[in-house]
Amino acid sequence: MASSRTYNMVVLVKQVPDTRNITGEVMKEDGTVNRSALPAVFNPEDLNALEMALQIKDQYGGTVTVVTMGPPAAAQVLRESLYRGADKVLLLTDRRFAGADTLATSYTLKCAIEKLGNYDLVFCGRQAIDGDTAQVGPQISEKLGIPQITYAESITSLEGDEIVVERAFPMGREWVKCTLPCLLTVVGSANRPRPPSARKCIEYKLAATPLEYRTLLGKWPQFESEEKLDAYLGKRNLKIPVWTADDLGADPEKLGLGGSPTQVYKVNFVVLETTESKEIPASQEGIAALIQELVKEYIVG
Amino acid sequence: MNDRRRQTTRDLRRSVVGGQEESNMTDNRDVWVFVEQEDGRIADISVELLGKAQELARQLNSRVCGLLCGYQLGDLAEQAIRQGADWVFVADHAELEDYRTLPYARIASDLVRGRQPYIFLLGASPIGRDLAPRIASAVRCGLTADCTDLQIGDYESKKEKKVYKDLLYQIRPAFGGNIIATIVNPHTRPQMATVREGVMRRQEPDPARTGGIENVVLHFEERDLALKVLSREMRESKVNLKGALVVVAGGAGVGSRENFQLVEDLAHLLGGEVGASRAAVDAGWVSREHQVGQTGTTVRPRLYIAAGISGAVQHRAGMQESSKIIAINTDPNAPIFQVAHYKIVGDVEKVLPMLIKALHDKAK
Repeated sequence: MASSRTYNMVVLVKQVPDTRNITGEVMKEDGTVNRSALPAVFNPEDLNALEMALQIKDQYGGTVTVVTMGPPAAAQVLRESLYRGADKVLLLTDRRFAGADTLATSYTLKCAIEKLGNYDLVFCGRQAIDGDTAQVGPQISEKLGIPQITYAESITSLEGDEIVVERAFPMGREWVKCTLPCLLTVVGSANRPRPPSARKCIEYKLAATPLEYRTLLGKWPQFESEEKLDAYLGKRNLKIPVWTADDLGADPEKLGLGGSPTQVYKVNFVVLETTESKEIPASQEGIAALIQELVKEYIVG
Repeated sequence: MNDRRRQTTRDLRRSVVGGQEESNMTDNRDVWVFVEQEDGRIADISVELLGKAQELARQLNSRVCGLLCGYQLGDLAEQAIRQGADWVFVADHAELEDYRTLPYARIASDLVRGRQPYIFLLGASPIGRDLAPRIASAVRCGLTADCTDLQIGDYESKKEKKVYKDLLYQIRPAFGGNIIATIVNPHTRPQMATVREGVMRRQEPDPARTGGIENVVLHFEERDLALKVLSREMRESKVNLKGALVVVAGGAGVGSRENFQLVEDLAHLLGGEVGASRAAVDAGWVSREHQVGQTGTTVRPRLYIAAGISGAVQHRAGMQESSKIIAINTDPNAPIFQVAHYKIVGDVEKVLPMLIKALHDKAK
C-alpha cells in the first residue's frame, strides 16, 4: 500500500563548544582547558538528525522545523539549518532557561514541541559532545507520551503512520516497528550530512532573530533602524522567531537551574602529568634509529 | 532500622503490585540496581554495579535490591543474590522477552514510585542509557549519565544553608573529559545514575549469600506494547583493545579514510590492534569499538602509537599508562606530546610510511 502522505518533523539541535579537537592553543599553563577559546559548533550528531529529517522531506514531502534552546548566539545553528534546507526555525531563549540540567531542558523543549503541535516525527542527535549524556531525547519523549527509538541508524521503511527503524549499537543492530508520532535519536554513522547549499546561503544570509538586529545594523547600516530592518526581514520570511518562558506558557518552577534536580557539587580539572620525551626527527634515518632502539628494548619484536 | 532481610532464596516469593505498597521515604535507603542479562547470565556491567551497590548499602546501613525484567528468567534472581542483591524484584513475562523501552520503563517507574528507593543505578549501556532517562523523566528525579565513580558523602547547600547527609556523589568526566564533575541530587529520590562499564571492580559470586525474591505483578497499557522488535543481530566483538600489546591509534590528523589504512597497516605489521580517537570515529573512518579514551576503552599496551591525535584529556586518560608512547603530530604544542616518550613532529601521511618502511627493512 503506497503512502501518499507527507510528514511534519521537528529537529532539536544544540550549539556546543567543540571539545573534540583540543589543540595546544587552548591549553592553559596549568594544563587545563581554556573553555572560552573553544569554537562554538553545531553538535555533530544533531546534523545527522537534521539530515535524516531532510531525506524524509525529500522523499515524501512535508516540513522540517528546527528548534534550539540556548543563548541568543545559538541562532547561528538555526541559520546553518536553513542553509541546509530547514523550512522553519525557532530559538528558545530566556534567562530563566539558564543552568538547566537534562530534566529542565527536556521540559522546556517539550513545551515548545507541544506549542508547535501537529508533529509526526521528532529527531535529536544521540548525544551532545559537551555533556555526552544522551538523556534529553528520551526525557522529552516521555514527557510527550510518545515512543522513543534511540540509536537510530536508518529508516528501513515509512508507510503511512508506520515506521521501521534500524538501530545500531557497538555490539549489534536491531530493527523496530512503531506507529507515529515517535521520537528518534540519531547516531553519527547514520548518514553524511549535506553541506550548506550555496543558493540557500545567499537566500538566508540575513536571517536573524530580533536579538541580533543591533549587530546586523552595524554590518548593514543601509537599513537605518531596527524597525526598518524588522519590516524588511519580516516581509521576506527571514525573521527567526524567539520564544521565551512566557511564550511557552511554561511552569517557571520547572525551568532552568531551579527546575534542575541535579546540582554540581564540585569540579576538578584534569591535569595529566608530563612525561620526559625524546624528539625524533621526521626523517627515514631518524625513524629507523627509533625502531632500532625499540627492538633493542624488546618493545618491538 | 536494620532492614537486611536474610531469607533463603526460595521461601519468600510474594506478589505485590508495584506502586501499592507505600513505604516511608525517610527510612528507606535502599540501593537499587537494574540487572541486565545476556545469554542466561547477568551482564558484566550489572555484576559490577551489584558489587558497588553492596559497598554503598553498607555505608548507608541499607540493602541492595535488584530489578530483573525478562522472560523465563530461570535462576537469574539467585545469580543476582550471589552477586550482592539482598532482594530481587522479578518481572517475568512474555512481553518482556526483548528489551523495549516502554514496558520496561512502566515497570521500573511504577515500582520506583511505590517503593521510593534512595539510589537507583543502571549501566551506561545501550539499554541503561535508553531506559534511565525515561524513568527519571517519569518520576521527575535527577539523573547523572556515565559515572566513573560513586561515593557517599555530605553536601552543604550554601544557598539553603543546609547540610544534606549521606548523599550519593555521582562522579563523571564532562566537557570532553577535561573536567571531572561531582553531581548530587539533594531533593529528589531516587538519586539516579548510569555507570560506565569496566570502571567498578567486579566481585566474585558468593554462593553462601541469601536474599528475598519478589514477583512483580505487571500491568501494561496497550500503548506500552506498540513498538515491536522485528529482528536483532548481535555479534561478538573482534576488537581486543584491552588485551593488545601494541596499539596503533589514529586521530583527526590522519585526514581521511584512505590514510587511515596506513594506521591499520602499521598495526598489522606490529601484530597489534587498531585504536582511534573520538574524532576519527566520529569521522566514520573506523568503528566505535576501536575508540580509546574515557568514553571508549582504557588501554595499557607495551607500545602505543598515537598518529594525528591531538591528545584531549578524554583520550589521554585512556592511554597514558602505556609503557612506551610514540606521538606523531604536526602541531609541536599538541597536548599528546606531554605524555609521549617519543615525539615526532610531522605529517602522519609521511611519517607512517617511514615507520612501515623501517619495520620492513629491519625484517630483512
